[in-house]
Amino acid sequence: MNYRDDPAALGALVRDAEVHRDVYTDPDVFTLEMERLFAHTWIYVGHDSQVPKVGDYFGTTIGAQPVLMVRHDDATVHVLYNRCPHKGTRITTETCGNTGRFFRCPYHAWSFRTDGSPAALPLPSGYQNEAFATSQAAQGLTLVRHVHNYRGFVFAKMSDAGPGFADYFGDSLSSIDNMVDRSPAGRLEVAGGVLRYMHNCNWKMLVENQTDTCHPMVAHMSSAGTAIDLWKQAGEQNPKPMAVEIYAPFMSPYEFYEKMGIRTWDNGHGHTGVHHSIHSNYSAVPGYFDQMVAAYGEARAKAILDENRHNTIYFPNLMVKGPIQLLRLFKPLAVDRTLVESWTFRLVDAPDFMLERTLVYNRLINAPTSVVGHDDVEMYERAQEGLRSDGNKWVSLHRLFEPGEAALSVDNGTTERQMRNQYRAWARYMAVSP
Amino acid sequence: MITRDELIAFVYHEARLLDEQRFDEWLDLFAPDGRYWMPLEYAQTDRRLTASLMDDDLFLLRLRVERLKGNRTYSQKPRSRCHHLLQQPQVDAFDAESGHYRVWTAMHYVETRQDQQDLYAAWATHDLTTVDGALRIRMKRVDLVNCDAAFGSIQLFL
Repeated sequence: MNYRDDPAALGALVRDAEVHRDVYTDPDVFTLEMERLFAHTWIYVGHDSQVPKVGDYFGTTIGAQPVLMVRHDDATVHVLYNRCPHKGTRITTETCGNTGRFFRCPYHAWSFRTDGSPAALPLPSGYQNEAFATSQAAQGLTLVRHVHNYRGFVFAKMSDAGPGFADYFGDSLSSIDNMVDRSPAGRLEVAGGVLRYMHNCNWKMLVENQTDTCHPMVAHMSSAGTAIDLWKQAGEQNPKPMAVEIYAPFMSPYEFYEKMGIRTWDNGHGHTGVHHSIHSNYSAVPGYFDQMVAAYGEARAKAILDENRHNTIYFPNLMVKGPIQLLRLFKPLAVDRTLVESWTFRLVDAPDFMLERTLVYNRLINAPTSVVGHDDVEMYERAQEGLRSDGNKWVSLHRLFEPGEAALSVDNGTTERQMRNQYRAWARYMAVSP
Repeated sequence: MITRDELIAFVYHEARLLDEQRFDEWLDLFAPDGRYWMPLEYAQTDRRLTASLMDDDLFLLRLRVERLKGNRTYSQKPRSRCHHLLQQPQVDAFDAESGHYRVWTAMHYVETRQDQQDLYAAWATHDLTTVDGALRIRMKRVDLVNCDAAFGSIQLFL
């Protein structure tokens, strides 16, 4: 199937409550996702606390594109394509560091200011020709033109086409707000180190699983269920170990997840845990609530802390957990290969224990050594294999489907509505040629 | 009285229990407050406010071992296998009076499942003590050479 030149065939991959397996398995569809979906939407690049000082940089990717995020001398954060305009050499020397006022290419010493503009190159007399003057090479490092820093979270859109930042995210930004507001200072800092987990499956399987509330009690019985069994055998000693406090809610019954609720927004965003979540009943951290009351007043502090959203999807490939200050970025590497980065944040001015618990959660759930991670990867990779089957070419997203359903809603927490919401957005952004 | 040879034999024996998947016997090698730590960072010193790949007490180690036996542990259907290749362990600390011993071992570790075979290179540091006269692990620290790389699932124990 030639999806690039056949918009009808591409559009037919997504039905109201089903998607064709080619969205997970076809390399051409993956290439089109990189060219269209990841160009026309706002993609999370990094957090500005990773580049606190002028000249600090951080190298990452937007879809398949190598980019860097850098703090310019006017304190704004720029996102640049991470290649020298001369020969294409990656311009950052390390994953992150400080470049001073200039990037200097390690190959031929062409140098650039931290907004990408050219600063100097050796033997300039060799470039006194019209062809160079009018080339892209003379323009310096290419800027990603659309960058928005929302309360420290830096997003970028590579194409001029596609919606503006506020239109694209709308009210979904309330999940980031809640995460930031949980700091008495109203600020977050990336802290603790990033866990990187390689998956042999399509990136969208991971995104879907974030709002899949009918799998934990099944797929994680082996891990979370065993944790509960061992704790019971040990006599349910008090206080409950942090590991049990984290694992046990995964085994909550269907009813817990039904009542949790799912909210969907336009453009493929949505979240689980409208009313409560697996994070709702973590033990209180001494001193923290008093700090929050001092910062916000009691009513506002309670309102912030009573919001316990479970997983918020920022379509296409970011998930945020406000109550525990954690985000997961699902980086597409190939149609059947995905790198999952799990980042953690310190709530500025909150007790260290908050970060400590977040790091335990990240290690127990998101590390390549995590038993919960092992449960999930096994399902994704089995699906990546099973979808090769021609016996049935469709993936079912029918759970609690209602014909004509709108983007904005709050629904039973076991619905697959958020997955359908993602695919409606997917189809819309895939239909646009660059 | 513990000898240096016993310390070295202990490390070899531990690796053999893992290779032969005698996990319950392996757990018995840990002191009641024993831990298994796999840092995320090169030369990491902090376990509290810096993430780790593993930082298990006996409860979490037992959880892994019990999970491996589970009927609904689908990531172990079929099972993984592992193979440790150890360099001669080196005794770095030997304090019979306080009962603290440290052994350092370079190793290659292979974990396989179905058609997949993954090779890891690491250094293990065993902090050992005696409990009722028998050597026991207080801390097994495993430093992967490429601790900060992206990995697929590591389901057994280095």
